[in-house]
Amino acid sequence: MEALLRVEKLGKRFGGFIALESIDLAVAPGERLGLIGPNGSGKSTLVNCISGTLRNETGAVHFESRKMDGLPPHQRTRLGLARSFQLPKPFHSMTVAENLHVPMLYTVNARRGMHLSNAEIDRRVDELLQQVGLAVKSDRRPRDLTQIEMRKLELARAMAAAPKLLIADEAMAGLSHTEVDDILSLLVKLNEQGITVVLIEHIMRAVMSFSQRLAVLVAGKKIADGEPQEVMRNPEVVRAYLGE
Amino acid sequence: MRTWMFWLVTAAVVACIFGLSRLVTNDYFFFAAYVVLQYVVMATAWNILGGYTGYVNFGTAGFYALGAYSSVVLHKLYAPPMVVLILAGGLVSGAIGLGMGYLTLRLRGVFFAIATLALAIVLETLITNWDYVGGSRGVYIIRPAAAPFFHGGYIQYLFLVMLILAGVAVCVARSIEHSKLGYGLATIRDDELAAEAAGVPTLKLKLIATVLSGALMGMAGAPLPYYITYLDPSSAFNLSLAVNSIAMPLVGGTANWIGPVLGAVFLATVQQIATVTISSALNLLFVGVILVGFVVIAPNGIIGWFARGKRRRQG
Repeated sequence: MEALLRVEKLGKRFGGFIALESIDLAVAPGERLGLIGPNGSGKSTLVNCISGTLRNETGAVHFESRKMDGLPPHQRTRLGLARSFQLPKPFHSMTVAENLHVPMLYTVNARRGMHLSNAEIDRRVDELLQQVGLAVKSDRRPRDLTQIEMRKLELARAMAAAPKLLIADEAMAGLSHTEVDDILSLLVKLNEQGITVVLIEHIMRAVMSFSQRLAVLVAGKKIADGEPQEVMRNPEVVRAYLGE
Repeated sequence: MRTWMFWLVTAAVVACIFGLSRLVTNDYFFFAAYVVLQYVVMATAWNILGGYTGYVNFGTAGFYALGAYSSVVLHKLYAPPMVVLILAGGLVSGAIGLGMGYLTLRLRGVFFAIATLALAIVLETLITNWDYVGGSRGVYIIRPAAAPFFHGGYIQYLFLVMLILAGVAVCVARSIEHSKLGYGLATIRDDELAAEAAGVPTLKLKLIATVLSGALMGMAGAPLPYYITYLDPSSAFNLSLAVNSIAMPLVGGTANWIGPVLGAVFLATVQQIATVTISSALNLLFVGVILVGFVVIAPNGIIGWFARGKRRRQG
């Protein structure tokens, strides 16, 4: 099957520091991929290169067989490649509901043949807020939200762009056990609706229960990629996580 | 309120103010009111980029002076009617806004502010060395003896022109605020990376904001040569203009259109009164003291102050 997202020989350096080296990665439509790696291994840099926030020096990113290199982030989002940020970045001067209006106005309505009326947008925003459990806070500002609500808002905003592929960058860091389960079930539900999900996470329990496939980055290189249980038994992965 | 309603209401307010001003017989009133209204335009224009989008422009004097000097050029060529001067001023400053924006909008925060300041200085240097518009000597403009379609002094006509311009500027700002564009600009101010990720074409929107802001400033500057009749670079590129255009929205509040209007009317009126009663040299001192006062007691400006009072009453 043709991959939805294909990263080829992608390289990124910051000055003399090589953040990513010749990364190859393919994500099939409808897949749930987990991307793990120790701190500083280049996970977020990879997300930033895929979503266009950073420019990769070498290699290429293809999305639905279309070359993404050189496209600014907003165009990639419009093509269906949405991401959430590791540290939530809400629009703090707007209410929770207004935060979700933005991707509808600027992404969904920018797609060919789409024009949501204001009523339709309001309906979709309500639906989305119900789905993530923020309906009661729709008129609040982000500063009134708790940490978990903030992360839900971050995810909901990425979902509001009606993406084909959602990259969730550490959506669960710092959350409690049940909160992690909340977000996980949300992501699984999304995936059941046909959205491909790439999950970047440190919490192994979450990653293992969520992922159909696991890719491991260590020091800017991909050292393993395959069935999760198998990957976790890979001696190189064990060494990277537990040391010699 | 719908946008077209707002335009109608503003038109009515402009008509009322003008009607009332016909009762004033003292010409000095019009001289002073012109300056106040000019600052309403400048503060509103600054706020489109500075308040809505979060990009601090220190080069306001540059845009303003370009408007004034494009009038000088046109006046020397064939002295067209005021409408043409204003449109030309807006066009020139808008175009410079587009160019400057394209070069500098990739910079953020302080770096953008310094780049805009540099632009104003470069423009001043160019104008100072351009003989056709008088260079550093300045240029005398002989304004028409009588105002068109109008019985009364020319200064009253200029007052009316600036009054209409202020109305237009306020309506433009309010329309932006309640539009998709306004939403987009607010996301840029809040978080540019997140805005891009949500599909907002940030560079394009920032350029639109810079062009609109610059064009309004150019329009505010266009009638200046006829107002002072002698224009030289140091008065057109006056630093106090840049300081005022920033201080007024900050004092009024940058969140919506009314803030810059309140700030401009308040600060400019204080300055005009101080000029007459105390000394014209004290102007900037007043701005400074008021600005410091507001930073301490009302960091969100006059409208922030009222909003806070409202919240308290509601508990």
